[in-house]
Amino acid sequence: MSKVLILGEHDGKTVNPATHKCVTCAKGISGAEITIALFGADTAAVAAQAAAIHGVHRVLRVDRPENAHALAATFAPQVALLAANFTHVFGPSTSFGKDLTPRVAALLGVAQVSDLMAVEGAYRFRRPIYAGNAIVTVEADASRVLVATVRIASFEAASTGGAAAIEARPLDVALPTHTRFVESRSGSTDRPDLQTAARVVSGGRALGSADNFKLLFDLADKIGAAVGASRAAVDAGYARNEMQVGQTGKIIAPEMYIAVGISGAIQHLTGIKDARTIVAINKDSEAPIFEVADVGLVGDLFQIVPALARLVGP
Amino acid sequence: MKKIMVCIKRVVDYNVRVRVKPDNSGMMLDGVKMSVNPFDEIALEEALRIKERGTNVEIVAVSIGVAETQQQLRTALAMGADRAILVQTDSAVEPLTAAQTFLAVAKKENPDLILLGKQAIDDDANQTGQMLAALWERPQATYASKLAIADGKATVTREVDAGLETIEVDLPAVVTVDLRLNEPRYVKLPDIMKAKKKPLDVTSLESLGVFAQAWLKTVKTEPPAQRQKGIIVKDVAELVDVLKKKGLI
Ligand SMILES: Cc1cc2nc3c(=O)[nH]c(=O)nc-3n(C[C@H](O)[C@H](O)[C@H](O)COP(=O)(O)OP(=O)(O)OC[C@H]3O[C@@H](n4cnc5c(N)ncnc54)[C@H](O)[C@@H]3O)c2cc1C
Ligand SMILES: Nc1ncnc2c1ncn2[C@@H]1O[C@H](COP(=O)(O)O)[C@@H](O)[C@H]1O
Repeated sequence: MSKVLILGEHDGKTVNPATHKCVTCAKGISGAEITIALFGADTAAVAAQAAAIHGVHRVLRVDRPENAHALAATFAPQVALLAANFTHVFGPSTSFGKDLTPRVAALLGVAQVSDLMAVEGAYRFRRPIYAGNAIVTVEADASRVLVATVRIASFEAASTGGAAAIEARPLDVALPTHTRFVESRSGSTDRPDLQTAARVVSGGRALGSADNFKLLFDLADKIGAAVGASRAAVDAGYARNEMQVGQTGKIIAPEMYIAVGISGAIQHLTGIKDARTIVAINKDSEAPIFEVADVGLVGDLFQIVPALARLVGP
Repeated sequence: MKKIMVCIKRVVDYNVRVRVKPDNSGMMLDGVKMSVNPFDEIALEEALRIKERGTNVEIVAVSIGVAETQQQLRTALAMGADRAILVQTDSAVEPLTAAQTFLAVAKKENPDLILLGKQAIDDDANQTGQMLAALWERPQATYASKLAIADGKATVTREVDAGLETIEVDLPAVVTVDLRLNEPRYVKLPDIMKAKKKPLDVTSLESLGVFAQAWLKTVKTEPPAQRQKGIIVKDVAELVDVLKKKGLI
């Protein structure tokens, strides 16, 4: 039987929905017994949330003062120790998971499958390569533990209402001291989160300044959307780093994605392919974004966006 | 800081739109333009800037790949690397094998810092740096957007989902770089000429004691699902209409 260990992501207060998506992915392995491990200084609150995710068998709390911050070098030896009792170790393909799981895989002496987008068997999966230009089906050796990250845009979040057992599992392993947390600076959190928002408005180089991005924030506020950006807009300093959508930014799957003044480079498109409806606003009718858009409007964003904001929302 | 090792992967140029072979056995790569992985250029640029800040460091560019990878290493030398090592192989090299190979090189070279890209834009694995750090039993700082070196330590600002995070690591360490760390310089013609005289050693996986294991079997390679081409609306009023009908606003 498959026993899947999911590396739960949280900030000490809330379990990140990426964790719920990993559970859905793990459920794709028939008969899998699913365990979530939570590393932290005090995981009591988040353990209760994780235990409520439907399909979870057990939640392991690995509480240690050293686990206060998610440092891969600190977490990895602990995960490697836990992994002995599992057939699979899954992390989300978020910056947390992508940093941690390869370190775990190397400690275990196994390869990693990155960005699982579909489960075809306990050891057979599909994943994207070349910025999503191709999808490969890969098979791993069933005699070894399988380490993977789960492409969270490919899975719905598992529902809650369950009641899994919670166990404290302190691990007796020496931890390195060569890696130390200094500080974290996050953007404002009063808007919906880009990775989980149902609606996203995104701006490109055409916005021309950080000031002009306010046009998008106004529209987003009217429709309850998160705001994203192309790499060009982030590089130019119009938008913050964490707003970048694409191959090397965030891969998202909102109900609606509105691309404003974004040309539609392959690296950008790979981040939005799973959006239910793509709306494109661009003054160039030949822009590649129109090849993937469900609804396109050719014209000047500086006229269209304010007009749209007037017509929608309360 | 005496030595920086930079890992340089040869990949299909990011401007090329690669296609899947009709028989789903892989990608059509014959004759396509190959380049240095864009993130690895950023890694090398960072090494060059550390050197230019006045430290007397040697920069060693290392790659694992086919014989033609010498082209990408020559580019690295032209950018300013002091010497290069090609671990030549025709085998497919998965991230774990790459990490094992870099470990073997690191044990010979003893660098203070190893810089890699955060991901290679062919396999999009995003693994090698983290695996190398684990095998080398050293710190890792992934997705660097700022790097400061002082007193045997590196202070690294990382691009994470929530924003920016800063960590401090003892050297030697592995750092993988993100897009915003710097903008790589262009190579000038005289530098290309000079690079021809710089040392480029060719070695093999076997002589480093590494076996290119196929960890994962690729069963098939398929094109992604295509999105249907949509409609073009004539004005904002029609756009609002359509979105309302779809229940999106
Ligand atoms: C290794 C690598 C990784 C990358 N990763 C990413 C990634 O993760 N995400 C990403 O987005 N990019 C990424 N890129 C960059 C990508 O290749 C493109 O350069 C980038 O997406 C272009 O951004 P843009 O569409 O905003 O700008 P442009 O391509 O310059 O497009 C601007 C668009 O705005 C339109 N426009 C101009 N003025 C107006 C107006 N007044 N009204 C309406 N429309 C207007 C133009 O017609 C044009 O289509 C990556 C590149 C590399 C090499
Ligand atoms: N065969 C290789 N040769 C040189 N560098 C490599 C190789 N494979 C991986 N790397 C390095 O590891 C980084 C991450 O690659 P990956 O884990 O494949 O996404 C790349 O940006 C390179 O710096």
